[in-house]
Amino acid sequence: MSTALLTDLTIFILALLVGIEVIGKVPATLHTPLMSATNAIHGIVLVGALLIGLSAHNAVGYILAFVAAVFASANVVGGYVVTGRMLKMFRRKEVRPEPGQPGLDQVNGHKGIKGFAGRIGIGRTQS
Amino acid sequence: MTGFTGYIQLVYVLTAALFVVGLHLMNSPATARRGNQVAMAGMVIAGIATFVLLIHDGTVTTTGWIVLITGALIGSAVGLWAAQTVQMTAMPQLVSAFNSVGGGAAALVAIYGYYDAESRATGVLGSTTVFTVLDVLIGSVTFSGSIIAAGKLQGFIPGQPIIFKGGRLLNIGLAVVAIGTAAFLFGTASLPALFIVVLASLAFGVMMVLPIGGADMPVVISLLNAFTGTAVAMAGFVIQNWALIVAGALVGASGSILTKLMADAMNRSLANIIVGGFGTGDSAAAIAPAGDAQVRSIAADDAAIQLAYAQKVIVVPGYGLAAAQAQHGVAELAKVLEERGIEVSYAIHPVAGRMPGHMNVLLAEANVPYPQLVEMDEINPEFARTDVALVIGANDVTNPAARRVGTPISGMPILDVDQARSIIVVKRSMGHGYAGLDNELYVDPKTSMYFADAKKAMSDLTSAVKTLVGA
Repeated sequence: MSTALLTDLTIFILALLVGIEVIGKVPATLHTPLMSATNAIHGIVLVGALLIGLSAHNAVGYILAFVAAVFASANVVGGYVVTGRMLKMFRRKEVRPEPGQPGLDQVNGHKGIKGFAGRIGIGRTQS
Repeated sequence: MTGFTGYIQLVYVLTAALFVVGLHLMNSPATARRGNQVAMAGMVIAGIATFVLLIHDGTVTTTGWIVLITGALIGSAVGLWAAQTVQMTAMPQLVSAFNSVGGGAAALVAIYGYYDAESRATGVLGSTTVFTVLDVLIGSVTFSGSIIAAGKLQGFIPGQPIIFKGGRLLNIGLAVVAIGTAAFLFGTASLPALFIVVLASLAFGVMMVLPIGGADMPVVISLLNAFTGTAVAMAGFVIQNWALIVAGALVGASGSILTKLMADAMNRSLANIIVGGFGTGDSAAAIAPAGDAQVRSIAADDAAIQLAYAQKVIVVPGYGLAAAQAQHGVAELAKVLEERGIEVSYAIHPVAGRMPGHMNVLLAEANVPYPQLVEMDEINPEFARTDVALVIGANDVTNPAARRVGTPISGMPILDVDQARSIIVVKRSMGHGYAGLDNELYVDPKTSMYFADAKKAMSDLTSAVKTLVGA
């Protein structure tokens, strides 16, 4: 067994253990975004697809390189964008509709202050 | 490893580190977005480093450049379009499609490696490793299996388990052919043999997923996710790239953890799910019928009274909610109740939806704040002091029969809905759940059945509550 292979295997095993440790801490709420984020991460195979280009010099090589590049780049870009889209939706508090709470209107009565107060959370009832 | 390539490898190590940090940040909704961005920063530098390597090496032909760049642009465009247009209910299909292309690309990397080495004077035998073969095998299975999974979820392929005579035997035959031919490749250089491995693996992937039913999809998607990761790690061994090895290992670990969580939440072994789903005929007979117990049916007005005068309401959403696109309706109803000072939370069973955590995303889309989404173990003790449990489109995960031995779902962790003071079940008909058995919850004296489509039911309930309280 060569040193290079031994190194690769060591890295693989350690990464597996790190993965188990890190992923185990992800809450169930985020499992779907987690899965799509890991989806984007395995798009790193794009590097492998691009490296085919180093030695490709005939139709077979070009076709394989092309298909692999299409697959892997769709994986990277799509995975990243859709994960971002999902995570943007996760909010701690409900976003109030623009004019603010009806109650707040009556208390403040002043548009400018109400807008500002709403933004920094002043006057918001704890529920 | 000399000078220049050494530096490039260093960049790949940095990429691997950024992946780990990115995934670590995914452990809280507050930091998860940053995590996604950190991981993608790793991806971008790996891409740049690879292009620098290609330019520095200088052996890429003009055609090669055109092929790579158009390929990457087309792929990016398709990925971007899919990611921006997909409905949140269709997320499982999209994830499955990405698993498919990822596994496919990993297999292609190894296939090209084999093809290229075979055409060289040194021959391919010395460089044919167990990793090349595993990459081709796992990558191909993932590619075709994920396509079938996506097809089932999208409805191109019927969601029920598709089982035919001799199917299991055919599966075993295909596995033997694929693995046998793969072993043969170690002794003999043969491109046709590699093709046989590819074809047999592709066929095996199809045959593996066809007999699996729709509600088992959370397990299947997680498993295929783990497969893709493993295939990518194997590709990393083939081209000796640490970024691929680490990324593949991380994804493999993530997929495996999710697979185990999902299988545990159904109280079924992975083997049992792969071999064939519920509803294959023999499981439904095992339960004792609930006897002469009566089902009580109510209308929107009565349900609204119960909800409007409750102090604490727990919503129990299931896949039926997503199928009826009722997540916005539920959020609307919850808002009206909360404005009356009623405490509303959501009980999320791990397998609610069609992929791990699917229900959370659907409710997040409907603007439900994530602290209101409570996991099973945390919310179960809460049911006892809950006035109304509102069950929408969830069935088997609420069936108290799971606590007894001798039913098809025995031992499956369930939501203790029957502990609530009263229960309202929104359901289209008395039809069975996925496990094909009667839900004892429905004949509980505390339970009222509200027969309606979930979406319509939510808007009717919301307006009934509004009328009632004069809002």
